[in-house]
Amino acid sequence: MKKLRGNPVISSLLMVSPLATVLLIFLVLPIALIVIVSFWRATEFSIIPAFEFDNYAFLFGSPVTYTVFFNTFKYALITWACTLVIGFTVAYYLAFHIRTLTWQIALFLLCTIPFWTSNIIRMISWIPFLGRNGIANSTLKSWGVIDEPIEWLLFSDFAVILAFVHLYTLFMVVPIFNTMMRIDKSLIEAARDAGANGAQILWNVIIPLTKPGIMIGTIFVVTLVMGDFITVRFMSGSQSANVGRLISNDIALLQYPSASATAIVLLLTVLITIAILLRFVDIRKEL
Amino acid sequence: MEPRPRSFYILSCFFALFILFLYGPTITIGILSFQGEGGGLTFPMRGVSLYWFYDLFEQQAVGDIWGSFRRSFVLGLMVMVVTVVVSVMGGLAFRRKFPGSSILFYLIITSLVIPSILISLGVGLLFSQSGLNVHWSTSGFGSQLTWTLPFGLLIMFAVFNRFDKSYEEAARDLGATPWQTLRHVVLPIIAPSLIGVALFGFTLSYDEFARTLLTSGSYNTLPLEIYGMTTNVTSPVLYALGTLTTVFSLMIIGVFLCVALIANRRRARQGSDAGKGEI
Repeated sequence: MKKLRGNPVISSLLMVSPLATVLLIFLVLPIALIVIVSFWRATEFSIIPAFEFDNYAFLFGSPVTYTVFFNTFKYALITWACTLVIGFTVAYYLAFHIRTLTWQIALFLLCTIPFWTSNIIRMISWIPFLGRNGIANSTLKSWGVIDEPIEWLLFSDFAVILAFVHLYTLFMVVPIFNTMMRIDKSLIEAARDAGANGAQILWNVIIPLTKPGIMIGTIFVVTLVMGDFITVRFMSGSQSANVGRLISNDIALLQYPSASATAIVLLLTVLITIAILLRFVDIRKEL
Repeated sequence: MEPRPRSFYILSCFFALFILFLYGPTITIGILSFQGEGGGLTFPMRGVSLYWFYDLFEQQAVGDIWGSFRRSFVLGLMVMVVTVVVSVMGGLAFRRKFPGSSILFYLIITSLVIPSILISLGVGLLFSQSGLNVHWSTSGFGSQLTWTLPFGLLIMFAVFNRFDKSYEEAARDLGATPWQTLRHVVLPIIAPSLIGVALFGFTLSYDEFARTLLTSGSYNTLPLEIYGMTTNVTSPVLYALGTLTTVFSLMIIGVFLCVALIANRRRARQGSDAGKGEI
């Protein structure tokens, strides 16, 4: 026993065993089961073990699937662009324009606190803003910009993307800020001494050095948006759909095999997207 | 100090707008939850009252709010403790290569990026197919760990990447056993980060929705209860509940930040005087 404990490999394995167990039971087995069930057959009341490709055939044969996947990518792309611009600007401001570490930490915390509060509450809190008689409409009316309330503020694609940006910009700010703080300030001075102006420093020095942070933020935002089903349902008032909603609708109808097939296609899509993004960054080095 | 460039002021405005964007809606429902008795879901305020908060305490027709709060709180603590312990062990183990370490690393990343609904669906299927009942403290608990553990581990990886190994070597040279080194050298050094891991563990669990949707069984956690309310409650009582949970979350964050601050102060005060001794 003593010898065993002394062996570093054994002790490492022992120490990761709880982690491995949790991931095995609650990640690997569930995914394996989803793969299996995606080949099963469903009746109205139960699911029957089988091995048939009907669920996939139906999925790829239905035009709804393509619309819904297109929607999912659309949300992901627009949200990504918005969170990137906002997140980068905020991180840049914190890292290069705030001069004391105390203030940097304080303002950074101010940005991250909403992350630790409830997403659902944060979605609900848009209702008084965007509703038909909400703050946005009544303000615009009182300014005389519009006569009739704008209908597409709440329960629309606009609201969905607004909520995504509201919820997920932090996931851009944090990794970008983290990489920016590690940029050697003398590089920027060197660029300035060599005659670069602010825009050139930003474009040729800071952005290339911040790429790993941007990539990590991108992975977070893209996967969160692609896997979402609540925000889309809540903010679109059930008028738009993405893949997540397709799955959750099937689940609600107890059509587990069909939900599983869709889930597998979604998972593959997400993993392929990540694999492409990971070509640009080595996560372990960036921690 | 050199004068601030013009871009500083522009970016300051941008930052202020961003903060307003982040907090504005939450503050608005905070205000609206004090809506008078006849008031609706938006402005104008029809008087100021605590009516909707009383409503929350009395009316139980909307569901079992306090029961779900209690469950969420207990679940949050369970997830927090397990996340801290498992993340520290994982972080320590990952300092060396071991067979399967890169597979496990990719599993951790998968666990982080996998769409939550797959966990919900998969764990739900796993329990139903193996004849077990889904319950918030078993299937719900495990599903939430797949979300909190990757965060905890990534923090621990970052911590150990910056960890100066010479402290451990010094302890070993002085004859400390591996356990003593861990207990008296490593753990005190990484303690402030553990507060961070604990904060992630608790709050992510307390607010988690998607992964518990199909895995919590007949007893709802608080976010599920709130989500249920959004479909059938259209009065400011929803805002009152939102305000209360947000205040609770803020209190929890405040407690963790205070603990971190106190721990740092104590460490600064009680730090070793080695190197400053009499010469």
